[in-house]
Amino acid sequence: MKQLVIPAAIALLLAACSSTPDADKAGGGAPVESRGPGVATVTTGGVDSQRLPPELTDPNNILSKRSVYFDYDNFEVKAEYRDLVASHAKFLTQNRQFRMLIQGNTDQRGSREYNLALGQKRADAVKRMLALLGAQEEQLEAVSLGEEKPKNEGQNEAAWAENRRADMLYNGEF
Amino acid sequence: MSRILCQIRRIGLLAVCALALLHASARAQLTIEITGAGANRIPVAIAEFGGDPAASRILTSVIRGDLERSGLFKMIDTSGEAITEATPPNFADWKSRGADALAAGSIGLSADGRQEARFRLYDVSRETVLGGSAFVTSKAMLRAAGHRIADVIYEKLTGEPGVFSTRIAYVVRVNAMRYELHIADADGQNSQVALISKEPIISPSWSPDGDRLAYVSFENKKPVVYAHSLASGKRVVVANFKGSNSAPAWSPDGRRVAVVLSKEGGSQIFLVNADGTGAQRLTSSSAINTEPYFSPDGQFVYFTSDRGGSPQIYRVGIGGGDVERISFEGSYNVSPRLSPDGKSMAFISRRDGGFRLSVMDLASRQVQVLTDSYKDESPTFAPNGRMILIATEAGGRGVLSAVSTDGRIKQRLSISAGDVREPAWGPFNK
Repeated sequence: MKQLVIPAAIALLLAACSSTPDADKAGGGAPVESRGPGVATVTTGGVDSQRLPPELTDPNNILSKRSVYFDYDNFEVKAEYRDLVASHAKFLTQNRQFRMLIQGNTDQRGSREYNLALGQKRADAVKRMLALLGAQEEQLEAVSLGEEKPKNEGQNEAAWAENRRADMLYNGEF
Repeated sequence: MSRILCQIRRIGLLAVCALALLHASARAQLTIEITGAGANRIPVAIAEFGGDPAASRILTSVIRGDLERSGLFKMIDTSGEAITEATPPNFADWKSRGADALAAGSIGLSADGRQEARFRLYDVSRETVLGGSAFVTSKAMLRAAGHRIADVIYEKLTGEPGVFSTRIAYVVRVNAMRYELHIADADGQNSQVALISKEPIISPSWSPDGDRLAYVSFENKKPVVYAHSLASGKRVVVANFKGSNSAPAWSPDGRRVAVVLSKEGGSQIFLVNADGTGAQRLTSSSAINTEPYFSPDGQFVYFTSDRGGSPQIYRVGIGGGDVERISFEGSYNVSPRLSPDGKSMAFISRRDGGFRLSVMDLASRQVQVLTDSYKDESPTFAPNGRMILIATEAGGRGVLSAVSTDGRIKQRLSISAGDVREPAWGPFNK
């Protein structure tokens, strides 16, 4: 059985350590109950977007389409998106000053980090096809947003299908 | 003893210096609801403390709340009378009220004029003193003193350290354009915002000393790993390589961080120094390798991989070499987190269509499913190993839930504004 510590003894002990430099700085009567240190709030900066050439944003141009959709648990670029990816590969080949960020996405079922890795597989698949068709490695970066940025927040198959996706962004858009 | 008190005092001073930097978020407190309790709860009486009645009420309500929420104690009505640590208790009376233990104390001035909370804990049936303590405090820090006292009572009565004065981190998604990283007391109170971002924040991980949080931020339109010093707000990039950078986990000595990088293709686990230098690849399979977590002895990294066709948990020595598969039951086992004693592993297992918190005894490989949830995520052990905090869903919203490792005690922590997710339970206070 441990004995109760007598408060007077504690006061003596506290007085005994009041010669430490930290204690001197605080001055008298400072509340010194121990808990973790305080927390300073940080606000992150935003990203400025620049103007893109009209061919990338004209709704009648295939280059304005930027999304490749995938089947459930699948990471292959489907045949119906080959023309789209090929058009962007051609643009990148003809415009070497442009860089592209490919963001892979998943639906929101399961672990966030595992989904991040699954989204990476989708982004990597699009990147590989762009590179095969002539875009240069230095122009391309494949990253994943996992399940964090759903296009459709619904909890049904239609919403999930919209979120199984890779988006192609040009510099100025990211 | 003298060393410990000096230590407590020094940390307190740091807290005071940091007060100027505080950015408390009053509207976003977590509220806790207990949805289960232990089978044999110890009946405890926490008498009102002597001294200032208002201060006593704050202190004793924190102590009672902490002990009650743990699910291990039953509070005995004390009918409001104040008993100080100096008053010999009437053991026969407390015995007749059904108390096994009694705490009494007071709030007064210490010899050098500062406010002090003192208490004594009694074993009512044996009529003996179990222990006691005194904590220098202030009006603003009364809750912290209450948590400290509750920790002492918890340890005296259960034999294991209490976690009431530890902190938790979690992410609040306020809306699609605002994400906040919060640090709160283990009871969800005193929430402070460490980071506000327009883009998601995931996977917070406490440094072993509790000073820093590593996490993944998408503020640059891609996942980047930062280490964030909580007191100063200073941030260091731990990993911002080409491709994705994610899933940070500190080594037990705090020197290295395991991260997942896609810079060499796929998702591979690397060890980097906490300042971002010296990236060293640990996994070599072409499959997905993610969610690294160090064993407490620092010798192994547990992780999730789909190298066998479905996501399962594996481990590898920190020097590389042979990879050992750990999970076998079912087709989806992810998010391994080892208990502080290294004997068991919490993870998320898909069972009957739901993602459920499970625990494996590592010696026997026996698995126990602890919840019947639909969407459990991100398990994190309390530093005493008694509870596991997870993110789950209730009423279409993200909430946190604390579950005891035997599955009996369940608490739900929810927030009125927004989704709560990505919990990380901090280490013991220094």
